[in-house]
Amino acid sequence: MERKITLPLTKELARSLRAGDRVLLTGTVYTSRDAGHKRMCEALAKGEKLPFDPMDATIYYVGPSPAKPGQVIGSAGPTTSGRMDAYAPAMMAAGARGMIGKGERLPEVVEAMKKYSGVYFGAIGGAGALLAKCIKKAELIAYEDLGAEALRKLYVEDMPLFVIIDCEGNNLYETGRREYLHTKKQ
Amino acid sequence: MRELDVKVITQTVARLCIEANERLPEDVKAAIQSCRACEDGQIACGVLDDIIENYGIAQKEAVPICQDTGMACVFLEIGQDVHLTGGDLATAVDEGVRRGYEEGYLRKSVVRDPVRRGNTGDNTPAMLYTEIVPGEQVRVTVGPKGFGSENMSAIRMFKPSAGLEGIKEFILETVEKAGPNPCPPMVVGVGIGGTFDKAALLSKKALMRPVDSHHPDPFYAELEDEMLEKINRLGIGPQGFGGRTTALGVNIETLPTHIAGMPCAINISCHVTRHKTEVI
Repeated sequence: MERKITLPLTKELARSLRAGDRVLLTGTVYTSRDAGHKRMCEALAKGEKLPFDPMDATIYYVGPSPAKPGQVIGSAGPTTSGRMDAYAPAMMAAGARGMIGKGERLPEVVEAMKKYSGVYFGAIGGAGALLAKCIKKAELIAYEDLGAEALRKLYVEDMPLFVIIDCEGNNLYETGRREYLHTKKQ
Repeated sequence: MRELDVKVITQTVARLCIEANERLPEDVKAAIQSCRACEDGQIACGVLDDIIENYGIAQKEAVPICQDTGMACVFLEIGQDVHLTGGDLATAVDEGVRRGYEEGYLRKSVVRDPVRRGNTGDNTPAMLYTEIVPGEQVRVTVGPKGFGSENMSAIRMFKPSAGLEGIKEFILETVEKAGPNPCPPMVVGVGIGGTFDKAALLSKKALMRPVDSHHPDPFYAELEDEMLEKINRLGIGPQGFGGRTTALGVNIETLPTHIAGMPCAINISCHVTRHKTEVI
């Protein structure tokens, strides 16, 4: 089942999403990966403000390739989310509810998702050229010195995603594989 | 003796960096398509369709297939009758990487220090391997390697008594642990034998080989097929959402080793396994 959703990711919207749902996501997302998260969490620890309002925000774990002339952005698929596990609970505590990436998350991230009604979306890893088509606007907002890892504000339209882990802790990686192996046994 | 200006190597490396990142090798495309034809997972079919659409867009629009345009692994097989002129070889290769990543709008993903970090800004240095071979040609292979999959690689120094079963278990265990992280369907490069370092290099070289090729020794060729089938029974599937297509291929490379050991390295790669070769 495919469902169109529009950001911001309110608590109500987050709670209506279930692992395995296919969604087409529209709205503003912020990009950040390893070095950006490190800086943001250092800022949070010092009680400083983040470069964007984290309330109900969705963060896309991506380091895009440079835009060619005439392009909004270069290729822009997800990076492995597990490297942001050390920072994700703090980001959720600050209000950032949505995460877009690929790959497994640690139990402490899932616990934080349950606590703060977080949602972990998966984009197709390695499909950077395809996903870039959904990005209609891109604006660099902070940490320019980090190059591909700088913070960007993106406007995406109908970005194809899967809900991998929902706010109850259900996990598509576990259920998808189990169901597939179950049907093979029958 | 043939003289060859290293400028030619710079130009070739630059061009191959761009081409490898924009055009998926035909062998990998064919493997994805044949896996799509026999995929029986529900979500899996849709994911494979998106992956096929993605490499089509990249080729048509000349953009990177994946935003992780990798570390530039460069393999040079240099004929011993070639005399390289015009400058230092490693500098020439790095210059090729620098130009390729700049002119091709490829992502610069290299930090200058592993602990203290800091982007080098031009994707250099290349991970350069040189080999002296007979002849008067230079064979250049560029394999941009992304780290989502590189991070899921593993090496183990087996006791010889672990035997073939030990290696089979290690391959399955490594793929299982990798799960959805390396962007499956993956390509699995396996290096068996040599020393600790040589086994790792063999596993990387295995990824430069076409995914539909086989080890020349039928014993290992059969092992490649057997392991591919076993991996594709794990159920991880494309992107880890469940399905048959967990791997596109298993390539094994081997070397003689010490009486006391049996090193085995596994280099995991993704569905965007890139390699491009040119002979100068």
